Amino acid sequence: MNPNDYLSAALLITGAVFFLAGTLGLLRFPDVYTRLHALTKADNVGLGLMVVGLAVQAESWSVVGKLLLIWWLVLIAGASVAHLIASGALQRGIRMWKP
Amino acid sequence: MSTAFLYALVGTGLFALGLYALIVHAHLLRKILALNIMGSGVFMVLVALAKRTGDAPPDAVPHAMVITGIVVAVSATALALTLMLKLNAKSGHAELPDDRRE
Amino acid sequence: MTLLTWIFDSLLGLSLLWLAWRALACPNLFKAIVLFVAFGLLMALAWVRLAAPDVALAEAAIGAGLTGALLMAALAKLHPTEAHNDFAVPPEKNVTKVWSWQWLPAITILLVTTGLGYVVLSLPPYATGLSTEVAANLEISGASNPVTAVLLNFRGYDTLLEIVVLLLALLGVWSLNSADLDHKAAPGIVLDTLARLLTPIFILVAAYLLWVGAHAPGGAFQAGAVLGAAGVLLLLAGWRPRTGLMALPLRLVLVIGPAIFVIVAMLTLLIAGQMLEYPPTQAGALILILETAATVSIGVTLAALFLGGDPRKNNRNKNHT
Repeated sequence: MNPNDYLSAALLITGAVFFLAGTLGLLRFPDVYTRLHALTKADNVGLGLMVVGLAVQAESWSVVGKLLLIWWLVLIAGASVAHLIASGALQRGIRMWKP
Repeated sequence: MSTAFLYALVGTGLFALGLYALIVHAHLLRKILALNIMGSGVFMVLVALAKRTGDAPPDAVPHAMVITGIVVAVSATALALTLMLKLNAKSGHAELPDDRRE
Repeated sequence: MTLLTWIFDSLLGLSLLWLAWRALACPNLFKAIVLFVAFGLLMALAWVRLAAPDVALAEAAIGAGLTGALLMAALAKLHPTEAHNDFAVPPEKNVTKVWSWQWLPAITILLVTTGLGYVVLSLPPYATGLSTEVAANLEISGASNPVTAVLLNFRGYDTLLEIVVLLLALLGVWSLNSADLDHKAAPGIVLDTLARLLTPIFILVAAYLLWVGAHAPGGAFQAGAVLGAAGVLLLLAGWRPRTGLMALPLRLVLVIGPAIFVIVAMLTLLIAGQMLEYPPTQAGALILILETAATVSIGVTLAALFLGGDPRKNNRNKNHT
């Protein structure tokens, strides 16, 4: 393994930890709003770390561009869908959780 | 057990689950879901068996057939859903009638 | 197979079986559809593990994405009132019939599955199938991606018939239902902006997939599915095509794929004496033409299937009333 491999391994594992945290939040948080928060925030960072980790291994800049495009698409789609779900939940009168 | 046979067995399991649900559920939407899962099982067996080439690239013919199959499955699903909606509009329910009373 | 990949494959296989079982058994139909979409995405992962990236692309776009959208739209039309009140529709009545004979199908299917499993395991562990023939003829096929070569050249008639099946399904849907073409107010600025932002990118991605399909995973079906997804997103955002486009232009776009396929089939039958047998020097260009036409037709057909009815019928009714 050369230094690049260590770098991407570290980035990929850190990304996986963020995904794990997001999924844990999705399963354990009390209501739809907090679950959305956990899912979108943690997974966006996790995916970003994974994209960077894979970009380190990329053979050409066009591959890096495609990876970044995937991240950007997921960011946009995730943010919009989270907004749609949350506003749908508000419209249907789902109350926010209070400790 | 090799990867190919592992996934082929998963495919037969999916087929069986879908077939059972197709028989026991009365709701038509559930039957459409069951048919789709049966189809996925068949596709999985086909593609898994195409991978029995060792380290060489897998057989492309089943891959092409499965892509064809996926598109046919989505068109059949769309037609089946329209039929279900039409039945629901005409009869007021989307379940098959209970025939225990016969 | 190393231990790690074996563990991963087993976990993936078990998750697939579990998701399929939950999608078929859970009493809430909305939940069932969400589980089915998740099942489709894990299937795409399984295709990658089986070295079938072309199938994975098709599954993710069509099997999970478009089928899920179709199912959701049908469920919303089935329970229009409940769907607005709550995220979940009420549990379906009589999910599983309390059926005194329920053990009979269970045992029969168990026996059938055991038989199928035995047959699968008794197959030879090493078989090349047709891969040597495909590899030997790849050079004259006009595409260096074997799956594209099979789809558009060696088994071109399959693809021709498949596009016709897609068109027939749309004709069936159209003869059963009419579509609502009233311009909908966008359900929100976010969805509207998302649709406007993503549509050009979807078209670009479709063109890329179409082009790259000649030598890498991709091709007409994946590209058509991406176009169809763009159409579904636009329809969801409330966009409706102008009624003037609905009569002849839509129909022309729908049949251009099958029509060009049939023309090429006839020409090759007349010139080479064999249907869809391309001259090796022109094969690449012919495949690109066929795929481009097919992509447009597939994309528009899939979006029209999502619209779920004949758009012209509605006009006619409106003129009468």
